[in-house]
Amino acid sequence: MKKFHRAVTIVAASTLLLAAAACSGDSDDAPAGTDDVSTTAPADGSTGSGELTELTVWAWEPTLTAVVEQFEKDNPDISINLENAGGAADTYTKLDNAIAAGSGAPDIAQIEYYAVAQYAIPGRLADLTEFGAADLADTYTPGTWNSVTLANSGKIYGLPVDSGPMALFYNKATFDQAGVTAPPTTWDEFYEAAKAIRALGDNYYITSDNGDAGMATSMMWLAGATPFQIGDNTVTIDLGQEGVLTFAEFWQKLISEDLINTQISGWSDDWFRALGDGTLASLVTGAWMPANLIGSSPDASGDFRVAAAPVPVAGQKANAENGGSSIAMLASSEKQEAAYRFLEYVSAGDGIQIRVDGGNFPATTADLNNPDFLAYTDEYFGGQAYNEVLAQAAADVLPGWSYLPFQVYANSIFGDKVGPVYEGNGTLADAYASWQTDLVAYGNENGFNVNQ
Amino acid sequence: MSNVTLRPALTRPASAETATKRKNPLSRKSLILTIVTAIFAIYALMPLVWLLINATKTQHDYVSTFGFAFGHSFALFDNIADTFAYRDGIFARWFLNTIMYVVIGAGGATLLAILGGYGLAKFRFPGRKAVMAVIMGAIAVPSTALTVPLFLLFSKIGITNTPLAVILPCLVTPFGFYLMWVFADQAVPTELLEAARVDGCREFGIFFRISLPLLAPGIVTVALFAIVATWNNYFLPLIMLTSEKWKPLTTGLNDIKLQTYSPAGGQEPLQNVILTGSLLTIIPLVIAFLILQRYWQAGLAAGSVKE
Amino acid sequence: MSSLAVAPSAASPGPSGVPASERPPKNRIRRDWRGWMFVGPFVVFFFIAFIAPLIYAIILSFFQPQMVWGVSQGEQFVGFANYVKLFQDPNFWSGLVRVSLFLLIQVPIMLGISTFLALAIDSGRLYGASFFRVSVFLPYAIPAVVATLMWGFLYGNQYGIMASVNEAFGTSVNLFSARLVLVSIGNIVTWEFIGYNMLIFYSALKTIPVSLYEAARIDGANEWQVVRAIKLPAIRGALMVALIFSIIGSFQLFNEPNVLQQMSGNTITTYYTPNFYAFHLAFEANNPNYSAALAIVMGLVTVAIAYVVQLRGSKGMG
Repeated sequence: MKKFHRAVTIVAASTLLLAAAACSGDSDDAPAGTDDVSTTAPADGSTGSGELTELTVWAWEPTLTAVVEQFEKDNPDISINLENAGGAADTYTKLDNAIAAGSGAPDIAQIEYYAVAQYAIPGRLADLTEFGAADLADTYTPGTWNSVTLANSGKIYGLPVDSGPMALFYNKATFDQAGVTAPPTTWDEFYEAAKAIRALGDNYYITSDNGDAGMATSMMWLAGATPFQIGDNTVTIDLGQEGVLTFAEFWQKLISEDLINTQISGWSDDWFRALGDGTLASLVTGAWMPANLIGSSPDASGDFRVAAAPVPVAGQKANAENGGSSIAMLASSEKQEAAYRFLEYVSAGDGIQIRVDGGNFPATTADLNNPDFLAYTDEYFGGQAYNEVLAQAAADVLPGWSYLPFQVYANSIFGDKVGPVYEGNGTLADAYASWQTDLVAYGNENGFNVNQ
Repeated sequence: MSNVTLRPALTRPASAETATKRKNPLSRKSLILTIVTAIFAIYALMPLVWLLINATKTQHDYVSTFGFAFGHSFALFDNIADTFAYRDGIFARWFLNTIMYVVIGAGGATLLAILGGYGLAKFRFPGRKAVMAVIMGAIAVPSTALTVPLFLLFSKIGITNTPLAVILPCLVTPFGFYLMWVFADQAVPTELLEAARVDGCREFGIFFRISLPLLAPGIVTVALFAIVATWNNYFLPLIMLTSEKWKPLTTGLNDIKLQTYSPAGGQEPLQNVILTGSLLTIIPLVIAFLILQRYWQAGLAAGSVKE
Repeated sequence: MSSLAVAPSAASPGPSGVPASERPPKNRIRRDWRGWMFVGPFVVFFFIAFIAPLIYAIILSFFQPQMVWGVSQGEQFVGFANYVKLFQDPNFWSGLVRVSLFLLIQVPIMLGISTFLALAIDSGRLYGASFFRVSVFLPYAIPAVVATLMWGFLYGNQYGIMASVNEAFGTSVNLFSARLVLVSIGNIVTWEFIGYNMLIFYSALKTIPVSLYEAARIDGANEWQVVRAIKLPAIRGALMVALIFSIIGSFQLFNEPNVLQQMSGNTITTYYTPNFYAFHLAFEANNPNYSAALAIVMGLVTVAIAYVVQLRGSKGMG
């Protein structure tokens, strides 16, 4: 074994020589002392030593490019190195790799709400409380603030960027054709509407799903379940809860009776086309959806409308977040003062307007209640002031939900578990039970005391 | 029937000329055979035709018109402009990166394979058997799976997210090494080398002046394999690189794809850019194939008859 | 029918697949250190990019981090525990069975078609043979990402070509369904590599000397007999090389299922192929140690199978 180690060391050393000769990293080599400069430099950057603090940001959100440009103009002492590591999943992979390797992590990363706990719990993210982030608490919708504070854990692990309270996006033309004159408000009405739309013919379905973890967990949330809880020393996983099973039963019925399209994969070209020609009649999804529909399913222009997401019981006010992301600072960053200035700019400062103009659905209450925002419409939605519905949806999000500290892994195996159900084998309830078994085992292997 | 044993001339590696000479003027063309073969040609070309057609469509036409029909307008040039304008021209940067990886990575790999294969074929040196056995075994090890430990090693010495992390592994092509070994063994007569040595030539002088020209067809073959492997390399840069400015076309294209085909990607439908980018990605290789395939084939022949 | 003994190249093969020079050399090939001047650079880089990670993977596979609250408290030597776990892991076996099935079905089909095409193009009986040679070969130039993107569209059973096929035949075939997605992947791989293998075989056919055909003609052999007695034996060596590389390729199957997964939803599981599983374990389950054990076992399995095939192949050669 010693020999092996030595061999590895020799290789490492020789490669290092090559590396030194060929190139030198240009992101992490800021000269010592820059941190001090950035902490003392005033925000407008008018004075100071003129040294530049360079921050590396990993984010895939396209509107951030414009935000960074403006930020650099307003803060000449900070230079942002914005890197798209390759979408959300690849960003997490690379974050994990960099953390495992102990080097190469960015100062700041975009992290979806469902993954915040995964990085916050093992101490990878800096607590923003010391930078005064607690003052911003009332700035954001309860759902998003709940997500970045891990259900009021007393620490603040990131600042919200966009949000995705769920809503029903439906094709009114198809609904009318099927004789469904009002959008369904409850799960029972949704089921009835599904039957009416299915009766229109071969390819007509009320919606599609083939086992999307984000959608399923959001629906559990909407149904009032809290299957994942993080305590001081324990993690609780309970996928046998009432709310979980209510959703499983409801969705199972739709699958078994062939009322939802299980053959079409979300975000595929076929999916966009089916949304465009009206055969896929609705989606229950996050408030960030409008720009996607307008861009990728242009044929349905004028036909779509937005309504509140259907709830299990009539008269209930309940909703959940679906998607959306925060921006967080890594604990390993040595330029935290400067990094926080950027976080605040993006999340609570001038960055908001730039992002909203680019199609982001805001997480800040002031912007959600802005009359211009509420009155906004697009001919795609037939002149409906749909932001009013979405702003209400944000207000209805149920408190208390949390994700697992290994939710990225959990979601990655979700498809393995439920996949067969969508092909007609087994039931969702059994698949969730099997998911639970694997999650408990994985959690314990990774040193989380898991309660069931 | 007769007993015929054949040995082509030692110095002549398999060449394309033998083909033309032995065309049987009496064999008639067969329409049925042509039709059957044409079916496979259609199979091979169909997806490419689809790509070509759809790269000419606007975003709107792409998502709303039939796949094998042209759109309402011919937007190929607009799409090309869009592709190069995407994110302040990052596509051009990816293009240049790919070329850099190909020139340094595939070029270096070819050079190392030529030297190594030649050395193995023409010299008896201590440790030769060990080198042979280890490299032949290495061909079968799943390189994808080695990428993880390689990543961890590279990050220990701080070269992840630099071009070096992509180039270094590309420099080693056991298959190219193997091809050159087999090829050099046949193409360079040992007698010729001995004669040159008697005349007092130095080893590298002999290599460059005598052996290299004889190895030319094999070199083209190995170079093309290395170019294709590097140009199409996906997994390695996916793992090693985070910075957009070092990405090659393949992972860059996948990033644009994620921008459109995932809820976390933001709201940017970019199908026209993806398809046009794909088309632009494959064009240089297709052209290289059309130009070089004759040589390639000649080199392959020598390598492939080895049993 | 005949006793044509064909040795198609100067390097008449030794029994174990090594070139002629491996036999006791007639010529005095120099036995000294100078060979290292040529082999040295390759070996150095080979060590960096191949041997070092391989050794590192072996070391990793014998350790396992002690995790507390999601943070590693240091690596612990666990002996063969990762290997024992692997052999009891149904996900691993499921992937292994799947790639074996793939190997047994896709590889013969692909090599069969490639052989047919090489013979057809070489026969001199095609109109426009060089057009066919180039067009069949082109897919090899296409990156897997682009190839899968294109085929993914054609597979679409709502708007793709499959939709038209279903409509024409009144069927409802879904190429993304769990039962058929392996076939869909097989088709992409076949499409990518038919031309490549065809060219290898075709090149081997081109090395057959004219005199051999003339001898056959004098003997009055018909075309089919020429194929059986001359052409097929001539590409046997090439077939063996192609077979071994196809076996390796099948066991390493990764890119196509990876890209197709984005379109097919959950029918491609995280353990769909062993390599896929290795990726999932390393990058999604954050367990590079277990992943390394899998990589090493797969490497050994592949080497073993390739070796057996080669051994049987050269025996059958007579």
